[in-house]
Amino acid sequence: MTYIELSDIQHYYKQEQVLRNVALEIPKGQLFGLLGPSGSGKTTLVKIMIGLLEPKKGEVLVNQVPMPSLEAMQHIGYMAQSDALYNELTARENLDFFASLYKMKKKDRSKRIEEVAAMVDLTKHLDKTVEHFSGGMKRRMSLAVALIHEPDLLILDEPTVGIDPVLRDSIWSDLKKLQQQGTTIVITTHVMDEAEKCNQLGLLRDGYIIAQGSPDELRKQSETSTLEAAFLYYGQQKSEV
Amino acid sequence: MNVQAIVKRIIKQLVRDKRSMALMLMAPIFVITLLWLVLDMDAYEPTIAVTDIPEHMSIALEDGDAEILEMTETGGKEALENETADAHIILEGETLHVTMEGSDSLATTAVQRIINQATEGINKQPFSLEIDFLHGSTDLNMFDHVGPVLIGFFVFFFTFIIGGVSFLRERTQGTLERLLATPLKRWQIVIGYLIGFGLFILLQSVLVTIYSVYVLGMYMEGAIIEVLIIALLLAVSALSLGTLLSAYAKNEFQMIQFIPIIIVPQVFFAGIFHVESVAWMEAIGKIMPLYYGGNALSEIMLRGGHLVDIWSDIAVLAAFSFVFILLNIFALKRHRAL
Repeated sequence: MTYIELSDIQHYYKQEQVLRNVALEIPKGQLFGLLGPSGSGKTTLVKIMIGLLEPKKGEVLVNQVPMPSLEAMQHIGYMAQSDALYNELTARENLDFFASLYKMKKKDRSKRIEEVAAMVDLTKHLDKTVEHFSGGMKRRMSLAVALIHEPDLLILDEPTVGIDPVLRDSIWSDLKKLQQQGTTIVITTHVMDEAEKCNQLGLLRDGYIIAQGSPDELRKQSETSTLEAAFLYYGQQKSEV
Repeated sequence: MNVQAIVKRIIKQLVRDKRSMALMLMAPIFVITLLWLVLDMDAYEPTIAVTDIPEHMSIALEDGDAEILEMTETGGKEALENETADAHIILEGETLHVTMEGSDSLATTAVQRIINQATEGINKQPFSLEIDFLHGSTDLNMFDHVGPVLIGFFVFFFTFIIGGVSFLRERTQGTLERLLATPLKRWQIVIGYLIGFGLFILLQSVLVTIYSVYVLGMYMEGAIIEVLIIALLLAVSALSLGTLLSAYAKNEFQMIQFIPIIIVPQVFFAGIFHVESVAWMEAIGKIMPLYYGGNALSEIMLRGGHLVDIWSDIAVLAAFSFVFILLNIFALKRHRAL
């Protein structure tokens, strides 16, 4: 079953076109990676998926609902590239605030806060104000906020930037666990070994999806041994066309 | 429920931010006290050097609260040069010749007033004079006159700055975008801000009004509660204007740049200065919220007016707020189409 369907998406900022004819289908329960250099349009595409941006052309369906839709947003968890947290508030207060925006009941809120805090290993720091957090702790906090309302769709924009390898590993295993529970996950990255862990990849360059497939497929088709080489191969092909 | 969550969050944030709290609550008290010290002083008592003037004239001048120094002609000139006297009076034949020191307009006016009083007292008037006041009294001084507008100004100024900067930070730190990625509706953000800050502004208005009236003895003929209602209305317009304009500021510094452009001019049109004689200035004043707020507050505090007497000011203030709020909700469309 297709969970996200993008057809013929085009988007411009002023005169500059950032997305050209992007079409994607992401099935339910998949861990989908958007791989591309910075400036390739990853963040724009992600914002279009969650309904923050309306594309100039094209259509987005999330779980059959045309975006933007407040109803659909209720089931989407979003982790932005920069940490959007209230520094004056404690971690618990931040989580509680976002939980109440998703209309969670008070009792469920406090239980869920403990759960997500444990997941990102912040249980000990729940009652500290966020301004005293390190960069990595803030990243984990942002992930916890994205998970607070048990979303069906999780959209993560460069989630592991600034996180140490040990924690990155544990976040990935959490993501895998969530995926097993049926959560659809879209993740953007420019790190090749992270891309390796996704079920499916979309390679994005200059606003085009230059290739799509599982990491293995992409390597095989391009007759290369690494994703990096594959990316370069598809990029070259595109510019020749 | 969503609105409630935002209100709760804003209150928590403000309570944590002790300095901003202090700015909102203590700064108006501090500034109004300074103004009271300056404006509530007794009228300036000039020093007048006199040479050869008649005894009864000298007494009349002293009755007018001037300090009189008997001097020779050259002594008087020196006193003016040394600024130990504000004026020098010599009787030359039938003419009283007055030389003013002249560099301080306040002193000059005071000397003129005293000389006029003194000469009037000497040349007895054909009518006796009795003055009654419809509002106020002879004790009503500059501080009482500008007080109501000042209260309005403080409310407007601090609300504009703190509300505007908070909303700006919401945008620059990315939380606004994060909020809009939830099912929150745009109007809920705007209304949440209004209520959250509204509570603090109410506290601020109560504090400033009570302090001005009961501690500093600002003239007050009307009801405190009516003053608070106007202050709150003014605050809503300031907050909605501040949050609206914050959309056009890239950072806190650019927000501060709105002060000389938006806030300071309003003071000139709000009733502290008389601008009725310049038609275009009066016309400009009419597009400014503080003009109506100041007018309404003066009406209540100086003339004992009630809300029904100033319904037109209230209506205009409400209309300002309504338009700003709608524009605010619309401006958020830049961040999320829905």
